[in-house]
Order: sequence, then C-alpha cells, then structure tokens
Amino acid sequence: MEKFDVVIIGSGPGGYIAAIRAGQLGLKTALVEKDKELGGTCLNVGCIPSKALLTSSDHFMFAKKEAVKHGIVIDGVNVDLGRMQQRKDKVVKTFTGGVRALMKTNKVTTFEGFGTITAPGKVSIKSSKGDTQEIDTKNIVIATGSAPVELPFAKFDGKTIVSSTEALTFTEAPKKFLVIGAGAIGLELGSVWNRLGSEVTMLEFLPRIAVGFDLELSNLLQRSLTAQGITFHLETKVSAVKIDNSHATATATKGGEEMKFAADKVLVSVGRRPFSEGVCAEKIGVELDEKRRIRVDKHFRTNIEGIYAIGDVIAGPMLAHKAEDEGIACIEIIAGKSGHVNYDAIAGIIYTNPELAGVGLTEDQAKEKGMDVRIGKFPFRANSRALCNEDLDGMVKFVADAKTDRILGAHILQHAASELIAEAVSVIEFGGSSEDIGRTCHSHPTLSEAVREAALNVEKRALHILNR
Amino acid sequence: MSIEVKIPAVGESISSGVVSVWHKKSGDFVNPGDALFTLETDKVSTEIVAENAGVLETKAAEGQEVKIGEIVAIIDDSKIAPQKAVPAEKKATPENKKKVPAPQETKSVAGAKQKSTEAEVLSPAVRRIIEEEHLEPAKISGTGRDGRLTKGDALASVESKENKEDRKDRQAQPGNDRFTRKKMSPLRRKIAAQLVMAQQTAAILTTFNECDMSAVQALRAKVQDGFTKKNGLKLGFMSFFIKATVEALKAVPVVNGRIEEEDFIQNNFYDIGVAVGTERGLIVPIVRDADKKSFVELELDIAGYAVKAREGKLKIEDLQGGTFTISNGGVYGSLLSTPILNPPQSGILGMHKIMARPVAIDGKLEVRPMMYLALSYDHRAVDGKDAVTFLVKVKECIEDPKKLPLDF
Repeated sequence: MEKFDVVIIGSGPGGYIAAIRAGQLGLKTALVEKDKELGGTCLNVGCIPSKALLTSSDHFMFAKKEAVKHGIVIDGVNVDLGRMQQRKDKVVKTFTGGVRALMKTNKVTTFEGFGTITAPGKVSIKSSKGDTQEIDTKNIVIATGSAPVELPFAKFDGKTIVSSTEALTFTEAPKKFLVIGAGAIGLELGSVWNRLGSEVTMLEFLPRIAVGFDLELSNLLQRSLTAQGITFHLETKVSAVKIDNSHATATATKGGEEMKFAADKVLVSVGRRPFSEGVCAEKIGVELDEKRRIRVDKHFRTNIEGIYAIGDVIAGPMLAHKAEDEGIACIEIIAGKSGHVNYDAIAGIIYTNPELAGVGLTEDQAKEKGMDVRIGKFPFRANSRALCNEDLDGMVKFVADAKTDRILGAHILQHAASELIAEAVSVIEFGGSSEDIGRTCHSHPTLSEAVREAALNVEKRALHILNR
Repeated sequence: MSIEVKIPAVGESISSGVVSVWHKKSGDFVNPGDALFTLETDKVSTEIVAENAGVLETKAAEGQEVKIGEIVAIIDDSKIAPQKAVPAEKKATPENKKKVPAPQETKSVAGAKQKSTEAEVLSPAVRRIIEEEHLEPAKISGTGRDGRLTKGDALASVESKENKEDRKDRQAQPGNDRFTRKKMSPLRRKIAAQLVMAQQTAAILTTFNECDMSAVQALRAKVQDGFTKKNGLKLGFMSFFIKATVEALKAVPVVNGRIEEEDFIQNNFYDIGVAVGTERGLIVPIVRDADKKSFVELELDIAGYAVKAREGKLKIEDLQGGTFTISNGGVYGSLLSTPILNPPQSGILGMHKIMARPVAIDGKLEVRPMMYLALSYDHRAVDGKDAVTFLVKVKECIEDPKKLPLDF
C-alpha cells in the first residue's frame, strides 16, 4: 500500500476536521476510527445527541409552560420519548453520514478499527472482526479524545450508574435522577430529564456549579435551574453508591452531616479523562504529562518526530471546537504552513435554559492574576427583544483591561447565549476593546444589543440602564 | 458667529509648519492680540495672535503639522463674557461643523490613503482615538491580529505622544550612553536641507583676504561716547561691515544678484542678511535697504533683531528676501571659515575673530588687530576677479573707513 502523508487516529471533531483540512491541502490522508460510525464522542454520544434532546425538551417546556404566556393554549401536552429519541438518533445519523461523505469528497481513506502506533510512521489497525493491517505514513496525528471519569465507589454498570452515553438513551424518564457533578454535562443532562419529568438532584463537591464559568452568572443559572425544579446540594461529597434491585442509594456528606439520596439512575459526570491508552503511544515512548495527557509543544508535536496529538488527549479545555481548531492548525503545520490556535478566544458553553457561555477570563480569574480590570454588565430584562420573547433571564458581562480596554473575557447567561457569545469571541480574537463593540451598530430589536450595552457599561455609558 | 483661525501665509517658500505650543486652550476666552499658539516653520517660529474676541476651540494638536490656510481653531464670538471654560463639544454647533471640515479628519484620510486597503480599516475605538488625538495610524505599530491596531496600541501611542520628551530620553539610551538619539527640530531639519541644497546647486568657491581693524577701532573709540549718549546703544563693528559690503556690492554688482534658471537677476537694492546664532539654530534676519540707512539705523535694526531672536519673536518677513548675507563666525572665535551660500543669493561674507597679529607695515613688523575675511560665492554667476575685487573693496573700506559715508 502506498505511504500516507498523514494518518489521523480518531474521527471526532478534532480528527475528522483535521482529515478534511489535510484533504484540502492535498495530503494523502487516512482516518482511523475504532467505532462503526465516524464522529467520535461529540457526534455520537456527546454534543450532538445532547443538543437534540435539550432542544426537544426545551420545546416541550415551551409548549407546557411558556406558550400560554403568548396566548397559545395547548391542552394535554405530552412527551413521546420514543419519538424524541428517534429524532435524536436521526440527527446523529444524518451528521455522521455527512462526515463520511465529507471524507469521500476530500479523498480521505477511512479505516474502521482500533489504531495502534507500532513505530514512528507505522499504524496498525485491528478491525472489529479481528483482522489486522498495517499502514505506513509520514505523519501521525493522535486524536483519540477522552472518556468519562469513573468513580471508584460508583463504577459504571451501564444501567443504574451511568455515564453521559447512557443518560442520552433512557427509554423512559427516571423517577429519581441523581447527578454527581454539576459541570456542563451534569447540568445539561440533569436539565433534559428534569424537563421530561424526572425528579433531579445534583450533588456537587465544590461550593458552586459550573466551575470555570463566571461565578456570578453560574449562581444566577443555579437559581434559574432551581426554579425549574432541580435540587442542588453543593459542597457535598459522595462516598458510596449502593445498588439494590436496580435502585441506587448514594451516601454523601455535606458539612459533616451524612446524607442519603435514593435514585433510579445515577449519572456520574465528574469530568473526562484523556483517552491516551491503547494507541500504544507510551510503548514507543510518546511522553505523557502528570494527568496522562499526551505532551505536545506549541506545534502539537510530541517528543517523537512525525507524531502529533490534538484535542481532548492533550492539555486544555475538552471542547470539540478547541479540538477542531487544533486539528486544522496541526495539519497546516504538517503541510508546512503556519497554524495557530488562540486559547484566549475559545468559548465554553452550557446548553441549559438559560444557556451559560463564557470566553476568556472571568472577573475572579483576572483579579487572581492581579490584573486591573473594569466590568460591564447588562441584564436582559432591559433588552427589547428579550422582552418580546418573554425571555428575560440572564445578563451579559464583560471583563476589560482597565488601561487598554481590551476585552479579556465575556460571559453571557441567556437562552441564546451560545450564539451571542460568538461576537465577543471574534472581537477578542482581533484584540478588540469594549469600546469597539460599544461603537459597533447592533440591529434593533435584537438580543445582541444587550452585548453592546454591556460593553458600553464598561465605560458606564450603557443606554437602557442606570450605569453603576 | 464662529471665526476660523487659519494658518497665515508666512512667506513665499513656506507651505507648512508645526503648531508647537498652544498658549490658549479650548474653552478659553481670548481677546484680540492674545497669542494663540506658536507656529514653527522651517525658517522661524512665530506667534499667531487672535484677531477677534471669543471662546477658542482648538482644532489642531500640539506637534501637528499644518498647511498654510488650514483651520487650526475656531473663535466663537457669540460668547462675550469671559466665563468659565465652556466644553468644546457644546460649542461646535452642527452648522459650523459642516462649514469647517475638521483638519484632522482630512488629515487622517490623507494619511490612510498611503496605506494598504486592508490597513485603512480601523476598529471603531481606534478610529475614535486616532481622530481625537490626531495620530497617524501608519506610525503606530499594531499588536492585534495580523498587525492590526488595537485600542491599547492607540492609547499607548497617545501616551507616548504626551510623554514625548520622556520617551525621547529613554529611547536615546537603550542600555548604554554611547549614543544619544534625538529627533531634529523642524527648524534644524530645514537648515540641514537648505545647506545641502545650497552645496548641491551652486558652484561654491571661497576667496580670502584680511583686514586691519586699527582704523575702525580707533574711529569707534573716538565716537563711541558721543554715539552711545546720543542713540542709547553702542556702535558695533557690524554696521561698518554692512556699509563696507554695500560699497563693495555697488562696485561689483554681480555679487548682489542671483541665478534663476537660465536668467541672472540683478538686485538693485541692498537687503543684507545678518546671520545670528540662536538656541534654535542659525537664522538670518534681513537689514532692509542697508544702503539708505545710517549707522544708527543699522545698529538699531541689528539690536532689534537680536532681541526678537532671543525671544523667539522673529517674524517670517524678517527673514525673507535678502540679497546678500554677512556671517560673523568671529563672535565664537573662528579665525577662518568658508561660509555656505544662502540660496538663491550669490555671495556671503564671512567675518572672523579680530586677533592681534604681526604684520608687515611699510616694511616694518607691527602688531595689528587683524581679521581674516572670506567671501563664498556662486561661481556660476560670479567670476573670480569679481569676487576678489569685492573682497578687496570691503578690506579697503574697513581699513580706511573714511571711504564710508560716516554719518554719526
């Protein structure tokens, strides 16, 4: 077989995007995927199916609770979970099928099987049927992603104690749904099943939810979700989960006091770990760091020439779009171009309602770094479109350098925060200031006006609120 | 009504200058005759005064280069009482804004035109700062994506502009003191350009002679007391040399002319430039119609210019249109030099230090107060014989001042 220019192991958003870019640049490219479908965690059991369910359940909530506010009376609103799940599966299938088509059009050779690096320039692929083949390549990109972290006292059984993968496929809403870990995944899946009828309790070890996001907005989100019926126990340490006849009882301590939580299903969403084992990167001497992530330099090069790594398997936030950008940059570097990822301009998003989105530094992070910052805020209750939408929850918050006015961080809590944050990301990418957004005409009436108003509030000149 | 303050036409060869200092600021009430700002040109710096009373609104920043006729301020005479400073924003009514294209706007457009299309697009905050602070975007280095200017870059530029002097000092010493780098003043730069231009244009040649100053010294000693009492100022050497020069120019008119393309223009008047060294550089005020002036008038002219030069109040017209120049390096101790022409003039006389030197007088060695004389001339217009004759004539007049129209 002909030698490849680049073999990418893992077809998640990092891997398949890298493959497309490599194809665009005329590299002879192979993509190795252990699963039957392309797309990795994100497309199959992560971002995409969860968003499908979040949107469906959000529509249900609208029909049930919000529509009437608009004068739309819908009697007997029910959920057909089977159809909801079918739609989700169809979304996933459409997307993964689309990726497969993209591989073809970009002349990427795909291999189904578990890829292992046997030596620099050699990848062995063991298919699910058991046969093995070896391919030669000039470069290898490890894009094997991550897997859910398991708790030693609450091992996944796939039925009662589950990871996000299974929590997306419940055929009926659990009566009592216990979520351990109030990060993005726990909050999103907790929201889905709360909306679909479960009694949801979330246990979080830290004194706050959504760690890594702006504290003020996280607290507001917690308030909204509590109002929606989710029970939160913060600073609560789970020590055991016992299964008895398909029912779970979790034991936890909160402020020295022991608590017990009964549940039909327990979601462990305490984070994800890099999926660095198995590719045999270690065997051939690819260095890992203390968190077992593959160690790379700025150009995504491991310590072994010709072997690169991107995405969740290396350091940095475990985000699909971060992996994508690294994939593009890595391939461009391999092709002799200059590739670069700006880690200050990568937003994180939790797709609850309201959505929580943040990019760059939070107010606290900036202050911890001893930076002199100015804050601009604007609540959506003062925004015309939010009022029309009957969607007043949330606010926009900017963190700007006190001297240069450069935007260091932007944080949005709003039903459409995931879309609204993009403006701030662009401006940050260009080194822009709050004044730059403040002096940019925003269409009226739109939610984006609140972004501008918050930017204006940095210099205490927002128009629709008293500036403080 | 708003009255525009424009950069006046200060001289034929001057098309631009720099607003070096505002003496009044936006919002100040000014009266006619109040000095508004100092205009620094390549020849001189001059104070521009208010012509009417009202509230001033400045339109040009200090350090900004301005063209003749450019509007640098507006005086609003509808406000009469000299009250508290009125914020500039409130005064500029939409109407007069329309009439008065803010000079900085046209400027920034012009500046941007020289740059690539991509760089013309500035972020809104940067655009505001550039316009308000009259910055040249091309001169700011961008730290944003692909070298774009960020607001921080613009603010840093403003700061460095405000701390210009500090910055210069810091720049001047990058870690050691073996070099000191300093931007030349516009005046210095113009002088440099003029000198090089003169050297490159004319065929400059210098001829030398010397003169015995005994007679002039004796004459001065004799009449000084009476002269001082009568006129309130001392009789100096310069007036003798101006008179001697006029006599010599009359004897050899070609030195008092200039070449203009293919023509030679003979000046039939005697406007003599007297080079004066100032803190800001060498400047040459003109003694007009020196042939018609008495010794007293000449001395008064020179003294007047010296004071004006020291105070930076020389006007452009004081420096324009000389037909011949006298330079006195002697005041600094120069024994001999080759002056450079002041174009388009064809000659310049160099005076030097008076030194007691042994000379042969009638075959006998005597010690006399001697001065070397130099005449640099444009050999294109002036022949060697004319030049030498001119210098000999000067020498004769100085050594025998009775040849001069002594009128004191």
